[in-house]
Order: sequence, then structure tokens, then C-alpha cells
Amino acid sequence: MEKIKGRIWILIDEKGKLINDIDTDQIYHNAYLHITDINEMGKYALGNLKGWEDFSKKAKKGDIILAGKNFGAGSSRQQAVDCFISLGISLIIAQSFGAIYKRNAINSGLAILTFPELDEKLSCFENGDKVEVDLLTGEIENLTKKMKFQANPVSKVQYEIYKAGNLFKYAKK
Amino acid sequence: MGKTIIEKIIQLHTNEEVSPGKIVWMDLDIRSARDFGGANVVKNYEREYGDQRVADPEKTFFTFDLVAPAKTLKYADNQQICREFAKKHGIKIFDVDMGIGSHVLMEEGLALPNTTVVGTDSHLNILGAVGCFGQGMGDVDITFAFRTGKTWFEVPETLKVIINGKFNYPATAKDLTLFILKNLGTEKALGKAIEFYGEAIENLSIAERITLCSMVTEMGGIIGFTSFNQKRLSELKDFIGKDIEPVKADQDANYSEIIEIDIEGLTPHVAVPFSPSNVKDVSDLRNIKIDSGFIGSCTNGRVEDIELASKILQGKKIRQGVRLVIVPATKRVYKKLLEKGIIEILFKAGAIILNPGCGGCAEGHAGLTGRGEVQISTGNRNFAGKQGKGMTYLASPAVVASSCIAGEIINPNKI
Ligand code: SF4
Repeated sequence: MEKIKGRIWILIDEKGKLINDIDTDQIYHNAYLHITDINEMGKYALGNLKGWEDFSKKAKKGDIILAGKNFGAGSSRQQAVDCFISLGISLIIAQSFGAIYKRNAINSGLAILTFPELDEKLSCFENGDKVEVDLLTGEIENLTKKMKFQANPVSKVQYEIYKAGNLFKYAKK
Repeated sequence: MGKTIIEKIIQLHTNEEVSPGKIVWMDLDIRSARDFGGANVVKNYEREYGDQRVADPEKTFFTFDLVAPAKTLKYADNQQICREFAKKHGIKIFDVDMGIGSHVLMEEGLALPNTTVVGTDSHLNILGAVGCFGQGMGDVDITFAFRTGKTWFEVPETLKVIINGKFNYPATAKDLTLFILKNLGTEKALGKAIEFYGEAIENLSIAERITLCSMVTEMGGIIGFTSFNQKRLSELKDFIGKDIEPVKADQDANYSEIIEIDIEGLTPHVAVPFSPSNVKDVSDLRNIKIDSGFIGSCTNGRVEDIELASKILQGKKIRQGVRLVIVPATKRVYKKLLEKGIIEILFKAGAIILNPGCGGCAEGHAGLTGRGEVQISTGNRNFAGKQGKGMTYLASPAVVASSCIAGEIINPNKI
């Protein structure tokens, strides 16, 4: 079983607290909804989230995002998922996701993992740490701090769509 | 462990063991797209699957209801894109003459108890009114459903809501619905299926169930199911034209929470701008002058709704300076209204009667509100900007009709 490995960005506010309810307008502002080329979308990722406006300049391919509760609340816009794919983000770990966001992410083949205890374990993670994640078991290992954590394993369905690339590629199989 | 209604319906459509929180593959009995989202489905489909056939044309439908007939070039083009795709694949279209898609699916006996239906309509969970698991989805999901006849779904938890007491006119099912919304807010049912119980629920007519279930969307719920008594079960069978009973929850089914709401002495209620859950007793609203009224939508566009309004408007005139627009939900409803002489009563009272469809919330098809305009509507949403720049209050057909006579928001018992 191959694992996802990457450098982490924790979406926290100036007080160091996880930001909850990051909505799709903060992830991808409606001013850019007319853009249809996914390559163009990355530069607007988190562009409307206070303190994170420059995220797209800092992020590198393969990076992993850690977020609080109800990530991706709000509208059904697919761009709020695609902007992260555009940047090459390999995985989003959140305490919980907005229901439509979850459907959109899974259908687009963006790996997402629900980690309800992130808030309690926040002191065990720092921006820039390297983590390794096994989607099927839900195990998160902080390689930098040499600590292990348990998140909710992804469902079989989600994993199959992720492996295929997206929902459409999955259907062709 | 026993199962709730939603768990039972999903279980009938998957081989995997169903439990809340689990994502399973589910077979779809019906998949549909409307004029909103339909053209995107076609574009996705042709890009991804080219000439490959849809999984089952007999189970695939287009319903045009938002802008019917098309009044902008964009909608005309989009509807035409769908018509051509439909012809190529042998898919049936309920075209712009037919009315609101979700209602048509029920009337045509396509959305049946214990079946699964998806479409590009965020209020498709209205189908819970006939015990059908309907779900609105985005165009990517619906494209996939067209091609495969399946979708994945995360089994929701179920919330049990017990309604204690009865309601009488001038309170109606819309007031019951708004009162439930007031109690649940937008959080308690978020992401959950709801089962409604209690004597008042069991005795709801089909039209009344449609009103209640249509606003589960505004409660944040996945879908709402209602319990039936014998009389209403036979009404259901007549309505869908088939002898099928909705499944019942097991005695030992597991609910995330049980909430009881007391409705004894229920009075008419109104949702105040700009949120459907911002609900107030009509007598707490004083001196709210209105400019216009709307009766229709998937929430209150049935024969019973418009007939009730006509009883209030009979022999009376809409107040000078107030406009009342009425849009029947479907062609069948329209026909019934004609046969019963209701259209004539409404006409004589001074109402504008349009052809069936969504009308009120659909790109201003039945007219928009201007800046500062106050509208009273039987619709289900009153968010800022949804019906134009004015302010929309949501109420029952009785409150809307009475208010249009009085020129201000008023309790129907004052007319
Ligand atoms: S009447 Fe409005 S809410 Fe209902 S289906 Fe039509 S557009 Fe949607």
C-alpha cells in the first residue's frame, strides 16, 4: 500500500487556533468563477482567507493541508476543489468537511481525510513538518516529530475513485 | 440493529451493509436533469463518454421547469442542447409545458415509495413526501448517474421529530412547516434524514406533505419522511397510481436525536427576510405594507393551495397597487384549476395567472422584485437577491391571498 507523504500547512489564525467553517468563498472567491481552465485556478486558492492570501505562492506540489471543522462549507462550486488540484496539493486533512465539498472532492479525485481529533492534537503538528498518511487505515505519522495518530479511514468507494483519478475515469473502468 | 427509513431504502439499492456514516454504492431508479444544469450534464457527458449510451434511457429524464418557455437565449440554447441529446439517446423530456420536474415525477408515477431518484434540483428531496429517496446533486454527479445508473452516497444519521397536537385553519401545512423550521433552525437537522411523526403528520394530505418535505432543504436536512394513517395511505396510492406502501422504520431503529415539537394552537407564521428560518407569528408583524404577492413554487403550487387562495379571493378584489402572480406547479394542476372554475375566480379578483413551472424563484421568470419592494410569497427561500432586490416574506397561500386583499401582511381570520 503506497502512502501519501508531504509537507504540511495548518490553517490557523493569528492566535494559532485552527480556523473552522472555512467556506468556499474564502477558498475560491466568486470573483473568479468565470475561470474554466484548471491551471489558472491555483493562484486564487485560499486567496480570500485572512492571513493565508499568499498561500498559492508558498505551496509546493505534494503539500498537505490540515484544517478545522466544516472545511468547504457553503456553495457547491467545483473550483474550490479544483484550485487545490491545480496547485498539486496531495491531501486535505480536516476535522470535518462540508457535505457538498466532500462529494466534489471525492468525485474530482482529491484525497481528503477526516481527523476529528486534530484540535486536541494540534500541538503535535507544526507548519513544515513532514507527514505520511495511509488513507485506507487512516494512520497519520508525523515523520518530523516521530508521532503517530489515528484518523478515520477513507471508505472503499472514496478510495476506488481516488485510485482511478476521478469519478469519470472510475466509470470507464 | 433496526433500520430507519432512509437506511432501509438505501439497503434496497445496495449489496453493502448499510449503516450511518458509511459510503455505499447505490442503484438509482430514476436520474433526471432540468434546464438548469441539464446542458452542463450533456457537455460533461459528451466530453467524457462521447457516443457511449446512457445506462438506461427508460430511467433517464429531462424536466424543463425553471425558465419555461425559455425567455433568454442562453436558456433556449441550453434546452435545445438537452433536446438533441435526448433525441440521440432516446430519453423522454417533460418539456416546458409540463411544470415543476419534481412534481411531474410524482404525478407520472416515476418517483415511487422506496425508490431512489437523483437530479440537478436542490429541492429534489421533496420526493420524501411520497416516501421516495430523492436527492439533488451537481452536474458531475448527474453525468455519472446518466452513464452508470449508480451513485455513491454517505448514509446519513436520522433525526426523529415528533409533532404533538393538531392544527386548524387559519394555520395550514405551510405554517406547520415554518414553525418546525423555527424550532429546528438550520443546524439541528444538518446533513441528516428526518422522520416526522405524530397525529398531525399522519393526517397530512399529499399536497400538505409536499409543502413540509419541500422545506427540509431549508432545514439543512438530506430528506424528510412522514408517517401515514390508513386514509392517507390510500390517498397516496391514488396519487401515484400504484399499490405500493412506503417502508416503515424498525421499532429498534437508531436515531441521532429525538425532538418533540408542540403545535397545539398553531397560528399562521411568516418567515421574515432574509432567511427561511427567521420565522415569526403573523400577529407579531404589524403594518408591513406589501407591493406584491406570489402563490406557487414546489412548496405551495398544488390544486389545494391555489383553491384555498381562491376561497379567500372569491368575490373580492386585490387591493389597488398590489400585484398577485399565481403559478400552478404542473399542467395537471392547471387543468384541475380550469375544470373547477378556480382560474376564473382568481382572474376576477385581479390576479395574474401564468403557465405552470417554477416561476417565482427561477431567474425572475414570473417577475422580480425591485429595490425596496416588499413581496409576500408561498415559496421556500427568501435570501437577499433571490427574487430581485426587494424583500420577500414567506407564508401560506391563505396569508398571501389575505395580505393581497388587505395590502399588508395579515392573519387570514381578519379578512
Ligand atoms: S419552485 Fe423554486 S425551489 Fe422549487 S424546484 Fe423550482 S426553482 Fe427550485
